[in-house]
Amino acid sequence: MKILTLTFLTCARKSCKPEPTSYPLHPTSAELEIIPVDFNPLFLRALLPRLDWPTLRILCEAFGLPGLQEEAPEEDALFLQPEEGGAMEDVEVQGEKGKEVVEDVEKKGEEETREASQLAKDLHHLLLETTMQEGKLVCGCCGHEYAVKEGIANFLLPAHLV
Amino acid sequence: MADGAAKAEEYESQHVHQVYEEIAHHFSATRYKPWPIIAKYLQSIPSGSVGVDVGCGNGKNMTVNSNIFIIGSDRSESLVKIAADKKSHDTVVGDILDLPHPLGQFDFAICIAVVHHLSTRERRVQAVGAVLSLLKQRNSTAKSDKDATALIYVWALEQKNSRRGWDEGGEQDVMVPWVKKGSKTSEQPDKIVERYYHLYRKGELEEDIREVGGEIVESGYEKDNWWAIARRCDQRVENQLGPQ
Repeated sequence: MKILTLTFLTCARKSCKPEPTSYPLHPTSAELEIIPVDFNPLFLRALLPRLDWPTLRILCEAFGLPGLQEEAPEEDALFLQPEEGGAMEDVEVQGEKGKEVVEDVEKKGEEETREASQLAKDLHHLLLETTMQEGKLVCGCCGHEYAVKEGIANFLLPAHLV
Repeated sequence: MADGAAKAEEYESQHVHQVYEEIAHHFSATRYKPWPIIAKYLQSIPSGSVGVDVGCGNGKNMTVNSNIFIIGSDRSESLVKIAADKKSHDTVVGDILDLPHPLGQFDFAICIAVVHHLSTRERRVQAVGAVLSLLKQRNSTAKSDKDATALIYVWALEQKNSRRGWDEGGEQDVMVPWVKKGSKTSEQPDKIVERYYHLYRKGELEEDIREVGGEIVESGYEKDNWWAIARRCDQRVENQLGPQ
């Protein structure tokens, strides 16, 4: 189970859902494994505004992973700037008008000529490649423990908790 | 829990969940391609969106669009293990009536061939409500293309041209056989297992959706199934799901 997924999970019990302490679930005795996934910087850029950054910071701490910066990064931080990457040279030649066109295209998310930054690669690694293989996810509200085995969390409730 | 609900759950456990566990591998081998309307729906979802596939089965619908993120869930652990091979997405074991997701956080949802396995109207309506409750709330009363939506598919009663031959006016609660091939080497004979289905009549899926405060964006019929794309239109969806 990916760290990104953990930011979209909570206790399966209906009575816990309205309680803020039920989210996020707390990982314990976790074994992490890196499972490579294709790097897709355009997806990452589009995903950025969807991230629950404070929760990601909590999860990193719970897993003993390197701390994340306090605030979510800006979209631009995911890419090397033109002077670093040099991919925007053509635009300069075309002058101001050409530049606007290129920027428009970028905003629509159809094209991205800039090279991904180290931060983007680190985020990809954290969100999509770092997976919890074994351990438990504990609800901070009711204390119920959900087992994670071979990378799969099981949220089926025993009959008395349904 | 009410007695009736407990009975319904026990029934589904025996006639749906255990059957899928038993036929998971053979079932999965026959389900490899998303249906056209599902593929079109998933391709239309904006890049960077996060959604759920409730009752994801072997995960065949999860790889249609590589620019979105899908968390699949299924009641069958065996099917989830197969789906877990789709490395760019994620899967968990969960029940549609007790989903492990925060409410109102998702950009889209699909729920394909799942709701028809619940054995009472009350539970089917609850299941539709559970899926819709995961969708983000609309910011305003105005409709927008960017509203979070859910695509729901159920098996149709009206399918007189299919090999099953069911049609309008027929029995809606049926047992459907699955022939589990035996093994020649170990002299295991073929075995027939049956799954419970509630076959939806025309308009019934839309009724279930409206019942929980959902609004139909589009609906139709594709290859023996009724489908609908729905959005949440008010708070009722969430209120129904509060603690009982």
